[in-house]
Amino acid sequence: MHKFLKIVLQIFNYSLFMGVVWYFSLYPAYHQLDENQAMITFTLGHVGKHVQECRRMTQEELLKLAPNMRKPMDCTRERSPITMELQMDGKVIYNKTAPPLGLFKDQGIDIYQNIKVPAGKHHLLVWINDDIKVKGPTYRLEQDISLKPEQHMIIEFNSSAGKFIIK
Amino acid sequence: MSYINPVKRAYLALENWFNISFGNDWNPLYHLGTLAFFFFWVIFVSGLYLFIFFDTSLSGAYASVEYMTHEQWYAAGVMRSLHRYASDAVVLTIILHMFREFSLDRYRGFRWFSWITGVPNLWFVVTLGITGYWLVWDELALFVAIKSSQLMDALPFLPASMSRNFLESQINDRFFTLMGFLHLLGQPVFLAFALWIHVKRLSDVSIIAPRGLAIGSFVALLVLSLLAPAVSHEAADLAKTPAVLNIDWFYLNIYPLLDNWSSGEVWVLTIGITVFLMLMPWLPPKKTGPAAEVHLQECNGCEQCAMDCPFDAISVQARTDGARWEHEVVVLEHLCAACGICVGSCHSSNPFRHAREKLVTGIDMPQQPINDIREHVTAAIDSLEGENKIIIFGCDNAIDFAGLKSSNIAVVSYFCAGMIPPTMIEYALKLGADGVFITGCRTGDCYYRHGNRWFDERFAGSRQPILRKRADRRRIHIFRAAETDCKKLRKELAYFEDSLAKLKREAANTGEADHA
Ligand code: HEM
Repeated sequence: MHKFLKIVLQIFNYSLFMGVVWYFSLYPAYHQLDENQAMITFTLGHVGKHVQECRRMTQEELLKLAPNMRKPMDCTRERSPITMELQMDGKVIYNKTAPPLGLFKDQGIDIYQNIKVPAGKHHLLVWINDDIKVKGPTYRLEQDISLKPEQHMIIEFNSSAGKFIIK
Repeated sequence: MSYINPVKRAYLALENWFNISFGNDWNPLYHLGTLAFFFFWVIFVSGLYLFIFFDTSLSGAYASVEYMTHEQWYAAGVMRSLHRYASDAVVLTIILHMFREFSLDRYRGFRWFSWITGVPNLWFVVTLGITGYWLVWDELALFVAIKSSQLMDALPFLPASMSRNFLESQINDRFFTLMGFLHLLGQPVFLAFALWIHVKRLSDVSIIAPRGLAIGSFVALLVLSLLAPAVSHEAADLAKTPAVLNIDWFYLNIYPLLDNWSSGEVWVLTIGITVFLMLMPWLPPKKTGPAAEVHLQECNGCEQCAMDCPFDAISVQARTDGARWEHEVVVLEHLCAACGICVGSCHSSNPFRHAREKLVTGIDMPQQPINDIREHVTAAIDSLEGENKIIIFGCDNAIDFAGLKSSNIAVVSYFCAGMIPPTMIEYALKLGADGVFITGCRTGDCYYRHGNRWFDERFAGSRQPILRKRADRRRIHIFRAAETDCKKLRKELAYFEDSLAKLKREAANTGEADHA
């Protein structure tokens, strides 16, 4: 084949290769949200309450224990599962019951959940229950919110403050 | 023609297309591993330049990348684009590299090691790209960071939640520095080590691409970098979730899956694919023939076979049999591909030796010893009739030549063109063959890596054992083509027959003239 034609073909091949490189480095574009949608992230890092009430040890019981083991409260290690729910305009948009982690079910759980929602004004209700001995929410927050398209709203249950924080 | 599966056909067609414009020496498909190395060099050098201006803190990273992209577009900006596009080109090259090894059935049998040690490289490359995107700290980086953390959170062995880190700017900052460390030092070191293991069992691996290809690829990268410079998304902002992201599908392809799948499911998919790739060499397994055997009584320890072995399966040690030579060779059976190239390398494979006894050579293939080959050649030439007696020395892994046998054409098969001792060609001519026709894999793509190259060097007299000058080159014809090139093979053979006939006529004429 003629040398010139070979070079033209080489240029074509290089262009094709780099064309593929360029295209897939950017396209097809990924649509994370539809038009007019916003993102809510519900998050918490929390340890549930003890499944059983702690019991104060009697003096007699304490004396039976080795001196270094004498703790006034007798607690089982197991923690309560945590149920959480998000409602928007009366509709449940997220609901989950997470069991405690750990071999002895004595550890907390971490949640980081993205939820796509329509932008605009909404009525939000969020609650959790971290104590199986209690029926219904142990913490709750109800609030009107307004979401711009593409807004990322974080609804966090802040464990140390014991309340929901919306950012 | 024997059956060729459609995947191989497709690959061979692609290869043929590149041969038209690049020629066999520069066909990129013959240099995919090397090309991947070339792109790594570009990534390395451009990365070093970027590092000068890059601010490794969470608060300064984005601005420093913006500075490089816009204010210093002519240098750091171009470097950034080269860094980005070379990284993408690496992935595309690796995909083609895998496709090639798979379609040519070069991933099973003795090649299992190369295949399975390639797989971790995929992980190292992709995760290196992921941390790279993290460092820009734009909207895409934040997306990558959050989604990666969600994936990590699904792993059972991590004690604390990674996703929730992004809520605490202090932790986020430290985490970012960790990513910087991983991307700039940790991961490249792992990758380099994994690549070294990947090519460890192969001899003469080139990690420098042929000049023409390197220049062409670099110019192409540069043109792309100037035409479509790599740019960032907007700065990362935790209060915003961008609706549209231009994600790099070479690196970030699994993240969109998280829209519909749980992190656990994404792990099952990626680990599943990895395990499947790792098991492929045994699905189903491919048997490698028995390893080469050393016959010390015929070995003078010249080490030529050790130098020629494409898979580093022959080592040299001090003599153990008390012979006067200093060294002897040992075959490492677990590495031997049974290609027979060592038989072609051995001076003792000369069929003119021990004409009346069994021919024993220094290193031989038990399933097709050199003595059998000599007997076969002798008998085949004996049986030939007609004007132009041709013997074909055919490479088993190249084009199917068995059907060419006829009254004036005999065939002898070798495991590889590199297995043919040059003296065997002389022997065939001496015994009465008018011509020797040698087939082999496509130029630049020997199934056993170096067979064609060694053959050519022996032929040219630059590699031992050489084909002596007295062997009439006009009566030797080399034909290399893909398995699909049957028509070409017949044409080439007919052409060779014609030229032999012409030679004979010329010889007869000069003979008559001399007589007169
Ligand atoms: C970072 C990516 C990689 C690089 C830079 C790379 C590079 C190379 C190089 C330079 C060779 C030697 C070629 C030769 O001289 O004959 C090679 C061989 C090979 N590679 Fe890779 N490779 C990569 C990834 C992979 C992957 C992901 C696979 C498959 C899963 C793979 C499978 C193979 C096989 C089977 C061979 C053996 C070829 C032979 O024996 O002729 N490689 N690679």
